Amino acid sequence: MFNNFFHKLASPKHFYRIAGALIPWLAGACLLLALAGLYYGLIVAPPDYQQGDSYRIIYIHVPAAWMSLFIYMVMAAAGAIGLVWRMKLAEVIAISSAPIGASFTFVALVTGSIWGKPMWGTWWVWDARLTSELILLFLYLGVIALHGAIDDRRTAARAVAILALVGVINIPIIHYSVEWWNTLHQGPTVTKFDKPSIHISMLIPLLLMALSFKLYYACVVLMRARCEVLERERSAGWVRELVETK
Amino acid sequence: MNRHSLTRAFSLLIRRDLILAMRHRAEMVNPLLFFILVTSLFPLGIGANPNLLQAVGPGVIWVAALLAALLSLDGVFRSDFEDGTLEQYLLSSHPVSLLVLAKVLAHWLITGLPLLLISPLLGVFLGLPPAGIRILFITLLLGTPVLSLIGAVGVALTVGLRKGGMILSLLVLPLYIPLLIFASSAVDTAAAGLSVTAHLSLIAALLVLALSLSPFATAAALRISLS
Repeated sequence: MFNNFFHKLASPKHFYRIAGALIPWLAGACLLLALAGLYYGLIVAPPDYQQGDSYRIIYIHVPAAWMSLFIYMVMAAAGAIGLVWRMKLAEVIAISSAPIGASFTFVALVTGSIWGKPMWGTWWVWDARLTSELILLFLYLGVIALHGAIDDRRTAARAVAILALVGVINIPIIHYSVEWWNTLHQGPTVTKFDKPSIHISMLIPLLLMALSFKLYYACVVLMRARCEVLERERSAGWVRELVETK
Repeated sequence: MNRHSLTRAFSLLIRRDLILAMRHRAEMVNPLLFFILVTSLFPLGIGANPNLLQAVGPGVIWVAALLAALLSLDGVFRSDFEDGTLEQYLLSSHPVSLLVLAKVLAHWLITGLPLLLISPLLGVFLGLPPAGIRILFITLLLGTPVLSLIGAVGVALTVGLRKGGMILSLLVLPLYIPLLIFASSAVDTAAAGLSVTAHLSLIAALLVLALSLSPFATAAALRISLS
């Protein structure tokens, strides 16, 4: 039965239906978590002893930065699945993810720069992790540009998958080269192995926001994938039926 | 027998590309002139203060090398694509990744090697100390093949496109960044009189990685572009 479900999910028609049913739930959960996260983050959590209230931008900045990397990984994995098993749906997910990832990267850059103004005194510092994000944005833009330049949708999706895979090999290299080149950024405060140096009252809203961003991504990627599926399958019978019944 | 014919195909492909390049010398010289010209624009733009030039020199030479490589890359598969030779490569019984490697090697001999040979002169132009120039030469020796190898993936993805050139720079330049960082900081470090073994090992590692992975990616990309 489980297997059957996956086979159904892989067919565009059923995907369209299942995704359509999922989207409202995802959107609702995302909104609830975001409201809770913002409430705890902006009102309940205490101000930082050094940075005052301006640290609170991390509730947007850090989840956005996490998402920017996460989405690139999803895109590359989906692209690889599409290349190997020729699964159309994986191609659709890969290409629908690119603009969302680019926007999260952009948000991470902008909020990082806004945080940097009071902390570092300038809008932009060639700090290692900001620079990595900037390069990640370029990688996303390359993917989007390549997809836009190729007319045939399937060819475009496969070309994009190759590019995403090459990018995924390069991301750690870029990250460490840039890190080595210059670092000013405050060290990781959540992922330290022994004990996170962030207080629990600040950590909980952060994790709430991160979860909410993940759900936002899931929701939007399904919306975009539904559009892409409709466009790809525009000559298929079920799409025509869909249009005629509406 | 089969192995023999593969080495033969490999060397024939390189020879063919070299002969073609000798017949169109202008195409071979253009990236080189571009490299020299861009590098000599910098002293004119930022002033000829020796200390300043020495500080920015390694970065300038390497950025110019990246741009020159980018300029020359567009031609790697272009003419083969237009006259249908590329399809014959894909149809041949030899592994496409090795044929691609031959093409990239030929491209490096045509465009990377001249760049490498002229670089000490540019180092002198920008007032780099002798130790810096020597390391500059070594970084270019290890690094320019990486430029050709990574670039080939981008070219293979964009070969059928009308405005491939603009997109190519967007695809390839971000991937060049680690090389640029390691190479120019190696030259800086050498000019300051410190050991650069770590830098050179890292660049060599990048070369090995690109050499072993990029032919497969390029071959896959060519198959997609021609499908």
